[in-house]
Amino acid sequence: MSATDVSNRTATDSPASYDLPRTVRFGSLLLVVAALVVFPLVFTNPTITSVGVFAMIYLLAVSGWNIFSGYSGYIALGHALFFGIGQYSSAMLTSRFKIPAGWDLFALLPVAGAIAGLAAVPIGWMLLRVRKHTFIVLTIAVMFIFQLLAFNLRSWTGGSQGMQLPFPTWSGAYFNEPFYYIGLLAAAIALVTSWWVRRSKFGLGLLAIRDDEDRARSLGVRTTRTKLVAFAISAVFVGAAGAIYAPFIGSVFPQFAFDPSFDLALAVMAFTGGLGTLIGPALGALVIGSLQQYFLLQFGGANVFLIVYGLLFVLILRLLPQGIVPSIAARWRQWVTYRARNTPSTGVPPDSAPDVGRPFDVVLNQGGSA
Amino acid sequence: MSVLTVEEVRKSYGGVQALRGCTMAFAEGAVNGLIGPNGSGKTTLFNVMTGYERPDAGRVLLRGRDMTQATPDAVFAAGVGRTFQLTRIFPRLTVLENVHVAAQRRGLLGQLRRWTSGAEHERALEALDFVGLTRLSREPAGSLSYGQQKLLEFAFIMVASPSVMLLDEPAGGVNPTLLRHLAGRIKALNAQGVTFVIVEHDMEFVMGICDQVSVMHNGAALMEGSPEKVRSDPAVLDAYLGTDVSAAEA
Ligand SMILES: Nc1ncnc2c1ncn2[C@@H]1O[C@H](COP(=O)(O)OP(=O)(O)OP(=O)(O)O)[C@@H](O)[C@H]1O
Ligand SMILES: [Mg+2]
Repeated sequence: MSATDVSNRTATDSPASYDLPRTVRFGSLLLVVAALVVFPLVFTNPTITSVGVFAMIYLLAVSGWNIFSGYSGYIALGHALFFGIGQYSSAMLTSRFKIPAGWDLFALLPVAGAIAGLAAVPIGWMLLRVRKHTFIVLTIAVMFIFQLLAFNLRSWTGGSQGMQLPFPTWSGAYFNEPFYYIGLLAAAIALVTSWWVRRSKFGLGLLAIRDDEDRARSLGVRTTRTKLVAFAISAVFVGAAGAIYAPFIGSVFPQFAFDPSFDLALAVMAFTGGLGTLIGPALGALVIGSLQQYFLLQFGGANVFLIVYGLLFVLILRLLPQGIVPSIAARWRQWVTYRARNTPSTGVPPDSAPDVGRPFDVVLNQGGSA
Repeated sequence: MSVLTVEEVRKSYGGVQALRGCTMAFAEGAVNGLIGPNGSGKTTLFNVMTGYERPDAGRVLLRGRDMTQATPDAVFAAGVGRTFQLTRIFPRLTVLENVHVAAQRRGLLGQLRRWTSGAEHERALEALDFVGLTRLSREPAGSLSYGQQKLLEFAFIMVASPSVMLLDEPAGGVNPTLLRHLAGRIKALNAQGVTFVIVEHDMEFVMGICDQVSVMHNGAALMEGSPEKVRSDPAVLDAYLGTDVSAAEA
């Protein structure tokens, strides 16, 4: 530390800590994990557990998606591409190599993820030459190209006839549970990856790209490489999600494998929970993913939910432009600051405390990062 | 020996000729001042020297190496860091995260490690402490005042330890006490061999720390010399007042 002594400097003042106590953080994490683990044991109704499976698939997909889109601010609306690649990988591998439909199905998960991740490298390399808004449009276009391929490469994909996957060998009474737990495990891996990315120098590069890509690049951040790696990582998890989805549904069709409403779902979940935060998108997936599936099973027809999505999106953008988690965090920070100011024992004179209340408006008003 | 040289550089924006055949050299190991009236092309010259703008004609040399077509990251990698007149920080990152963006970490392992680890973290904390922003290190950088953002930008360039630092109006919005402190740091870094080019309108600041001052006028070099010489030169005064007159006529 430099031995400087400028009279009006406050170098020794430590920054305000906004972290919750460790015990609270670990306690609540443990509680959530425990709740997710026992969920299918408590709610054994197959309708409910199937809702759980969908929630896990979305949890996995959105957590992966967020590693790229959330952190870098490049909103990908074509990740259904990787969801589809994961589904077709799973279907093709089981049929070509006559993989039995037992637990071996899940051994395909990393394989399907790897295929999606590998596919993401050339695709990302092409798409990531353009900046944010053009990027969004191009991702959608590429997804439809793959849908067309799936329709037309009949000898591989069965075209519009689709492909059937073998029926799992485990007992029908517990059909959903293995899918649920594999989904939970994979989602946990995605979230741990996301957490690690967030604290790594690599992840800091992604966040810098989100704020000012040119400036980041000019400060030595290898922007192209950083974006591409994150894009591929996110594709791995979304691909793996597809490889759970396909055997769970039992069939793969081009229009459902490469489905734009899948991306709409991911985006709404991430924005609702808080784009670019670690747990925001996860929260969004659990809440919205479950609700969506529940409504679907109750009332049928996915189109109803598309309308709900639209309304929800407008509401979120109006009321919580930052999403749930950042909005709560902002309130929390304001409260911590308020408390610090009104507690003389901290030794910080009231008028020298950092003014974080108003400046947060500045951050809020910068709006979405896309 | 000059570290940065521009030769006959021209740059126009539409009808505006920002640089009209500017030739200038900045001495290695010196604190170089670059002054001139508003709109004389100082910032444009910085942009051309750091790869943010391509000149229409002319050359940019870094220690004899042609950098005319170099991109900003190549210029940075060659050891030239710069700050912006209107700061360019990362508004949604925290102050501490900002300082870490420019900290270089080599190799895969460097990328995988926590950004708050290792010697880089010590340097980042030290830089923040130096500019007096430790207290605000967990706040989003967008919430800082203009003066604080200037200091933050200086801090994060410093962390990358470039051999040449181009500062565009570093004193803007910075309080006088901290400004003296900043001047002290510039001198200390300069004593360690860092070359500076400083654009600044605060003449007291410029005359106080610069070894040599170059004057720009209408997109070209007007003169250069010691601070004393520049200060007492009638042509310089004319340039400052003359622009005002022509601006008033326009
Ligand atoms: N991107 C741009 N587009 C159009 N005109 C520009 C651009 N950048 C600079 N100019 C013009 O070029 C001229 C020189 O501008 P420049 O910013 O280099 O001056 P400066 O010496 O830095 O002035 P100041 O002291 O006010 O910062 C001005 O007339 C300005 O209007
Ligand atoms: Mg300028």
